[in-house]
Amino acid sequence: MPKLTVDGIEVEVEAGATVLQACEEAGKEIPRFCYHERLSIAGNCRMCLVEMERAPKPVASCAMPAADGMVIKTDSDLVKKARNGVMEFLLINHPLDCPICDQGGECDLQDQAMAYGFDASRYAEKKRAVKDKELGPIVKTIMTRCIHCTRCVRFSEEVAGVGTMGAVYRGEDTEVGPYIEASINSEMSGNLVDLCPVGALTSKPYAFTARPWELKKTDSVDVMDAVGSNIRVDARGSEVLRVLPRLNEDINEEWISDKTRYAIDGLKRQRLDRPYVRVNGKLAPASWDEAFAAIKEKVSGLDGKKIAAIAGDTVDCESMTALKDLMGKLGSANIDCRQDGAKIGGPRSSYIFNTTIAGIEEADACLVVGANVRAEAPIINSRLRKRWRMTAGDFRLGVIGENWDPTFKHDYLGAGPETLSDILEGKNDFAKVLESAAKPMIIVGMGALNREDGEAVLATAREIADKYGLVSGEWNGFNVLHTAAARVGGLDLGFVPGEGGLATNDILDGAAKGDVEVVYLLGADELDMAKLKNAFVIYQGCLGDAGAQVADVILPGAAYTEKNGTYVNTEGRVQYGWRAVFPVGDAREDWKIIRALSAGLGLTLPYDNIDSVRARMVEINDVFGSINVTRKAAWAEFGKAGVMKSEGFASPVRNFYMTDPISRASVTMAKCTEAFVKDAAAGKVA
Amino acid sequence: MSFIDRTARSFLLVELLSGLALTFKYMFKPKVTLNYPYEKGPLSPRFRGEHALRRYPNGEERCIACKLCEAICPAQAITIEVEPRLDGSRRTTRYDIDMTKCIYCGFCEEACPVDAIVEGPNFEFATENREELLYDKDKLLENGERWEAELAARLEADAPYR
Repeated sequence: MPKLTVDGIEVEVEAGATVLQACEEAGKEIPRFCYHERLSIAGNCRMCLVEMERAPKPVASCAMPAADGMVIKTDSDLVKKARNGVMEFLLINHPLDCPICDQGGECDLQDQAMAYGFDASRYAEKKRAVKDKELGPIVKTIMTRCIHCTRCVRFSEEVAGVGTMGAVYRGEDTEVGPYIEASINSEMSGNLVDLCPVGALTSKPYAFTARPWELKKTDSVDVMDAVGSNIRVDARGSEVLRVLPRLNEDINEEWISDKTRYAIDGLKRQRLDRPYVRVNGKLAPASWDEAFAAIKEKVSGLDGKKIAAIAGDTVDCESMTALKDLMGKLGSANIDCRQDGAKIGGPRSSYIFNTTIAGIEEADACLVVGANVRAEAPIINSRLRKRWRMTAGDFRLGVIGENWDPTFKHDYLGAGPETLSDILEGKNDFAKVLESAAKPMIIVGMGALNREDGEAVLATAREIADKYGLVSGEWNGFNVLHTAAARVGGLDLGFVPGEGGLATNDILDGAAKGDVEVVYLLGADELDMAKLKNAFVIYQGCLGDAGAQVADVILPGAAYTEKNGTYVNTEGRVQYGWRAVFPVGDAREDWKIIRALSAGLGLTLPYDNIDSVRARMVEINDVFGSINVTRKAAWAEFGKAGVMKSEGFASPVRNFYMTDPISRASVTMAKCTEAFVKDAAAGKVA
Repeated sequence: MSFIDRTARSFLLVELLSGLALTFKYMFKPKVTLNYPYEKGPLSPRFRGEHALRRYPNGEERCIACKLCEAICPAQAITIEVEPRLDGSRRTTRYDIDMTKCIYCGFCEEACPVDAIVEGPNFEFATENREELLYDKDKLLENGERWEAELAARLEADAPYR
């Protein structure tokens, strides 16, 4: 642990830390462009120069390892002069186009030029101009603005793992960009925009839309996948303009996937902004009272067994709680939150990501069963990749199912349950890897669990976990990777068939046969809607997707940016999202709609504000009492041994860019699909 | 003695006559009032009157939608919306000034990096109703075209002091 003095303050830092980190420890601000905590050290912008005693010239603090007895000065005249000079050099070729630059107002170069630069330039010669590069539908480039910090190069190489970016030519002619004309084919490419300290890489969908000072910033949680990435929603007036990542070391660090970032433009089209009632086969606009009356007319006197409810993938826990209670009052046990029919829902440890996302950084072998982690949860894939880099390639990843590309070296073991059995019986080489690993883990995806033999697969995975010591002491290496943001919340709330109740597939079959007459779809769009033709369908949601097409009554709900809601991510972490804008038109927050409907049906639910709904959630399951943390779930019996079918596991996510109504309505996601999904019909993520 | 002096003065109407003398003197001096609106006083090149959006000599609008005027406006009278134009350049789709909110401080003109929004010499833009004072981009550009010669001259006159 080296001890050093920074501006007279003595600090002690961890071995291997840099002088820059030591200065930060001492509370001194060091300007920087190329240095980034999560990327390797480049030391090429020279902005972080500090004075070190007994050194002949200023040193780049980001690249200088801290050593015992160093004496550092960060605000001496020498340092000021050095920074001034570096800034002047950086600005030599930087165009003076801040007024038309989208980075204006949140630009590191702008801020640091104000703080550490000269007020005038002595450079009278011609400035450099660089041809812009085409990086696809997400990243816009104005390469003349580039200051060659190479953060983008390091990000695409290290975190995204696509390695398409690089710097070519030398000296003043240096150009950063893809070596060959190619878009950045990564589902993390939006992060390049955040990383770029200047306006060289900006967001294409957000081009020229707003200035940072006009935006209202709201902290929230993403619902596009089950990771629950922490996001900041920037809105102006009634419009959500962009989504940015929020730092959370336990979940998404400071990255988010492109779908999380850019699918929000789907919220501007095809919105359900008023209630509709089907009259003579056509949906006609109606008032809330008329919609509730139509429901009451159909439901009153109907046997509870003939009523069913299915919750979708992006709904909040509050509305599921309200709907569960309402269905209970209607005497129905036919409720399900697993619209893909996944065979999960036993003890909590059987359906959450027990290792936790941050826990991946301790694992040394991982078996993925039936999940395309890169498409289903890019943030988790980037953690796996981070672990692989941390261990210098010793981290072993075995894949059963489709042979997807995790962006690093992996072992493809086989397509289906047969391989899984082989591993259990020790016939596969990867069994030895799991056996010898100190902290092995398994990730079971929905592709393996949403089949008829899902329970047998789960049982086999559990046996593997028991046999190879995946669960021992503090370490729990058994993980289920969900694809839906609402799934774990729904399971925690017990939004599953009660005594004698029907599960999703039975509800659909029952509706086709006429056994189920009323189906309440709470934002559920991924169902076989043809089977619901004969039933009376109540659709509550925010977008006119598949569910609204077959609906007899549409109740317009709020999107995730328009309501305060609770979401539980795949780790079982309970998080609150906050309202950034108000719902469109007549739409209301979802739990309020159900509460109002319950009053309309004469079955008033006992809560009038969100706090009492949340109190009810804690009553159902006390995990909702602890926010933002993961709870260890007790290892218990689950899964039902049975015969596994021979067909291979197929990931439910066929196209990363379009998985839910919001992303399907998004223009940007459509452009990405066109650009990156080579075979959209087959849905293979390129 | 002073009593006689005072009485004599008041009987001889000295004060009245001296007052009238001043009045008659000014009757023959040149007049200082202006016959507005037929006559107008001089205006400083820095006079802050009605707003205008200027164009370049080639007809291209100057405004690049940087939103600095909107940001600095202390009365929040300016509203701007931006979209990339077909050629990819940054242009406003909406540029509104609420002249009833405007306090004519001239900050917008100061903030503008391309001399697009200016406050011109025109102060005679009274309207019959309130709505006419909510200026949109067309109105402002039209102002710019109408006043361009004078606006350019004013900017040039003031340039050495900036």
